[in-house]
Amino acid sequence: MTEKIRVVHYLNQFFAQVGGEEKADIVPGFKEGPTGPGRALQQILVEHGEVVATLFCGDNYFAEHSEQAKEELLRQMARFKPHLLIAGPAFESGRYGVACGAICQGAQERLGIHTVAGMDEENAGADLYCKHVYIINSGDSVVRMLPALRRMVTLGIKLVQGAPLGRPEEEGYIPRGIKRNAFAAKPPAERAVDMLLAKIRGEPFKSEIAAPQFHHIKPAAALRDLSSAVIALVTDGGLVTEGNPERMEPGRPTRFTTIPVEGIDRLDPKQFDVVHSGYDTAFANQDPHRLVPLDIMRELEQQGVIGKLHESIHATGGAHAAVENATRIGQSIAERLKSAGVTGVILTST
Amino acid sequence: MQICTMIPVAKEVGSLRAMGSGGIVSPTGNPELTPEKEKEFRRDLVLRALQILKEDVRE
Repeated sequence: MTEKIRVVHYLNQFFAQVGGEEKADIVPGFKEGPTGPGRALQQILVEHGEVVATLFCGDNYFAEHSEQAKEELLRQMARFKPHLLIAGPAFESGRYGVACGAICQGAQERLGIHTVAGMDEENAGADLYCKHVYIINSGDSVVRMLPALRRMVTLGIKLVQGAPLGRPEEEGYIPRGIKRNAFAAKPPAERAVDMLLAKIRGEPFKSEIAAPQFHHIKPAAALRDLSSAVIALVTDGGLVTEGNPERMEPGRPTRFTTIPVEGIDRLDPKQFDVVHSGYDTAFANQDPHRLVPLDIMRELEQQGVIGKLHESIHATGGAHAAVENATRIGQSIAERLKSAGVTGVILTST
Repeated sequence: MQICTMIPVAKEVGSLRAMGSGGIVSPTGNPELTPEKEKEFRRDLVLRALQILKEDVRE
């Protein structure tokens, strides 16, 4: 290819060197040329391409105004006439990962360009967008920046050049659920017997069909009568008793808190604290009701709108929670609430 | 039910009753309002949340 590939790079406010959580609400913007990890991206591209611009947006702004943010970013992107959009890598940052997926899908559909995103396979954005967007599994740690970018560039160049792609595990992207015909050395019956023999011998073998992961969730029945309902408040925003006596982790949580609130009409900011490494906790620390609406629920209980407010608030932190731990925490909280006779839950999420 | 900002993520992980919040940093508040207005905002949000608990989920 004689023409250099024009690459636009999407980053969040942190990687675009605009600021940390305090800048998470900034509107979309751009810088000409590469910024932050874009410099490494440019070095990997060498003569194949040029990072013509870096687009960025605050993580919270994108999460709260997804459509406007996407429109504005696409408008800015179009001016640079790119052939390829590289988004991230976002590693395990959920807001950032979702933004990367959304902007890639938008650029493909609206600008007709190729895109490659990067994020951990457990990132919420991976589940949401892997069917539509090539997402390189970057792993969850920023120390994997360079290998992730290399794979993103290799895949991106192949896409732009129309070169054939290997299987997801060869290219490093998250499977898109697309099946392609391929020639195999042995017929299916032989492959199946080989697999069975390997299984009997206790040797490693790999199924040719990925088992579908159904997680069907049965909806809870509606509450017919609120005035007899027992409602509990739960949050993944990291509410703890002042001093965090239960030692809830601010990130990668493995546990949850149980905060007694019987007889309490309001959450005094001096007696509670918010511990969470994934968002700016200043506003919730100023007034914990911004996270858990205890004040209103107590009033509604006194007015008879609801039967009873449950005696404890349970909280954990959603920051970088491993799916396994988050599932276990959720199940433990649900079991406790059920056995305590709770009939409804309001879960507030940051 | 869940009050959250990223509704598509909530749906993806199987949250069947979800509604929009006051924002990432203040799900049941809005720091830009006066304390009185903010409490009204929160009451409205909580009442809508309770209404969702009263409704069946269409599968």
